[in-house]
Amino acid sequence: MTLSRRQILLLLPAAVVAWDFVLAGTPEEAPNYKMTDHWWGMLLDITKCIGCGSCVRACSMENEVPDGYFRTWVERYHVDDWHIENPRVDSPDGGKEGFPTNGMTGGKNFFVPKLCNHCSDSPCTQVCPVGATFHTADGVVLIDYNYCLGCRYCIQACPYGCRFFHPDRHTAEKCTLCYHRISKGLTTACCEACPTGARQLADLKNPKDPIHAFLKTHAVQVLKPHLATGAKVFYNGLDGSVR
Amino acid sequence: MNGFRDSAHLIPIAALFLLGAVAFVALRAAVIPKSFGRYGPYRGDALQEITSRPLVYAGHEACEGCHPDVLEIKAKGVHAHVNCESCHGPLAKHADDPASVIPVKPDVATLCVRCHSENIAKPSGFPQVNAKEHTQGQPCNTCHQPHSPGFDPGGKK
Amino acid sequence: MEGFMYPNEVELQWSVLIVLYPFLTGLVAGAFILASLERVFRVEAVKPTYRLALLTALAFLIVAPLPLQLHLGHPERSLEMYLTPHRASAMAMFGFVYLWYLMAVLLLEIWLDYRRDIVLMAQSSTGLKRVMYRALTLGSTNISAGALRVDDRAGWFITLIGIPSAFMLHGYVGFIFGSVKANPWWSTPLMPVVFLFSAMVSGIALVLLMYMITSAIRRRAIDMNCLDTIANYLFYTFVIDFSLEMLDLIHRIYEADESFRSLDFMVHSRLFLSQIVLQIFVGTLTPLMLLALTQLVQFSEQVRKRIYAAAAILTMIGIFAMRWNVVIGGQLFSKSFLGYTTYKMGFVTKEGMLPAIILVILPFAILYVLIKILPPWQEETAAMIQAEGID
Repeated sequence: MTLSRRQILLLLPAAVVAWDFVLAGTPEEAPNYKMTDHWWGMLLDITKCIGCGSCVRACSMENEVPDGYFRTWVERYHVDDWHIENPRVDSPDGGKEGFPTNGMTGGKNFFVPKLCNHCSDSPCTQVCPVGATFHTADGVVLIDYNYCLGCRYCIQACPYGCRFFHPDRHTAEKCTLCYHRISKGLTTACCEACPTGARQLADLKNPKDPIHAFLKTHAVQVLKPHLATGAKVFYNGLDGSVR
Repeated sequence: MNGFRDSAHLIPIAALFLLGAVAFVALRAAVIPKSFGRYGPYRGDALQEITSRPLVYAGHEACEGCHPDVLEIKAKGVHAHVNCESCHGPLAKHADDPASVIPVKPDVATLCVRCHSENIAKPSGFPQVNAKEHTQGQPCNTCHQPHSPGFDPGGKK
Repeated sequence: MEGFMYPNEVELQWSVLIVLYPFLTGLVAGAFILASLERVFRVEAVKPTYRLALLTALAFLIVAPLPLQLHLGHPERSLEMYLTPHRASAMAMFGFVYLWYLMAVLLLEIWLDYRRDIVLMAQSSTGLKRVMYRALTLGSTNISAGALRVDDRAGWFITLIGIPSAFMLHGYVGFIFGSVKANPWWSTPLMPVVFLFSAMVSGIALVLLMYMITSAIRRRAIDMNCLDTIANYLFYTFVIDFSLEMLDLIHRIYEADESFRSLDFMVHSRLFLSQIVLQIFVGTLTPLMLLALTQLVQFSEQVRKRIYAAAAILTMIGIFAMRWNVVIGGQLFSKSFLGYTTYKMGFVTKEGMLPAIILVILPFAILYVLIKILPPWQEETAAMIQAEGID
């Protein structure tokens, strides 16, 4: 197909940007990334989540998550009237293929996506006997797969159930906040795949990040605040029934 | 003098302990990975290992670079903020080398239904339908263009 | 699975091997503390069991790391705990407590107490045995009265340090569980104390049984004063242990925090057999009742022996059940408090029942070998020395 000069001029800058990202697709280190410039978190908007499971599928493909285990998952809540102490919750295969209708009527119903909260005071890194799981300077909790003993103390210590034991690698495993992506200026796989913007990566150290304006104007919560984990995944519209 | 001789048997024990301590220190120097402690109480090389994982999703900006025409259509409709790979699946390999990987068109029957089939737990303002009744067996893109899904009974583009 | 669990919670992480580990280290701590009663607190009555208790402790301490190694995803990396220990981690620090206790307390104390016998056996034995005993003497053959006095003082001092070390050995295991705020079944400041006292109970019961069994095998009369004293200590320690567990239970029921309903249901359904039947009735109330009976009523020697043996066996079952209920119980309920899972224990799998059974039998095999090399009984040693000396 022949392009006119005008078309080339329009396409060129776009092609440059695309080329940068094509390069980013090749396995290499992230040369221009400075850890101390960032403090990562995530914003989850319950009012927007439609339970499609795109995030769960995207994560499992991006990170080769084994079947039956979840780095992220979606829960569906049904709350009858004022009985927030007694919700009905389900998560069929982590919500990977969405949620079939469960015949629930009435009450309050909503979806809650969950993932590692990348706690700033994480109980999981506290208990690791060898330093195989740790905080980075930019606030991401990671696992060193070549150092982990597989003692599973960290899995016991996580209050949110976000860790599991990798059946093939025999080490602990969990969400890495797609560190290999965010260190290259991309967003996480789950946020990329989310069609409604219910999941948004947040750089709390970046003054221009929209999360700051959002936090100022919305009531947000973290999960299990009484455990003082310093969780950095913020939920908008989180109901009191959420466990 | 007698006292010392009577305690002399404790010296080999003390020596063994000392030897053990020295061996421990030497072992540590030899075996602990060199990058341990570089950034914190963990193996510094782990960060490189983690960041060098291959990308599976290219990210929407990579798609938009080569497909500005689709971007233009999408930007005008309600799917403006639905990223390409959300429907088309992970395509970093295609972005790397477009000719080598031809993306397969997603199956409309499963794809659209996953988001849009009605469910009491979905936010009430979100467009949702009873799939069977609404489609009457027809594929969704008979009337809706996926990149800009207004209602268009005229057919797919 | 019943109800709702976070998707990653359905599979249990810590198996029966992790139940075994506190059970084995508990026996070590308990046996050692009984031995230290004689050494430091001069309870002469239990002297006949002193060496046996030490060897028992050693046999179990040697086996204790094995269930952990079988459990680890990468046992070949276990040295990392000593090379790059994470100081905030109770598990990492425990590795050093274990090492300290093994090397600086138990082995040293056994060596000091047996040194005279080792030297005599080195001098009187031949062949490979001679090589072994000579190696154990560490080069010194001084068994003069003065040297033995030095040994005695050193041993006393090591036992003195050994008592808090034994407390640490098992208290730490309790802390490993008790410090996990994510798990309300485990998280309580009482956990290290409960673990320690139940360890003492199980260790004392084990030594009592070992003494009875070895005496029967050797066809020797049992020193009833010794046995009665051990049974007394078992009783007192058990009363304290039981009180602590009741305190935890009553506290939980009274405060009824958000986890209570879920845990209560779990105890009454999933843990009914192991907790209510085995741990509380069979393993605690029955032995307590039996031991209390011997405190109140004068029974003949024959009857007392039977009661003690029964009480000790039931106690060991009860304490094992307690470890099971803590470790497995802590993983049967969801941290969402909305569901439960089941523990599927394999039989001939890496972390199944068969390895567990083997690991329980193994310390007795090791103890047999230890008794052969370092006989705990004076008459045996003298006979051995004489027999070898004839050559």
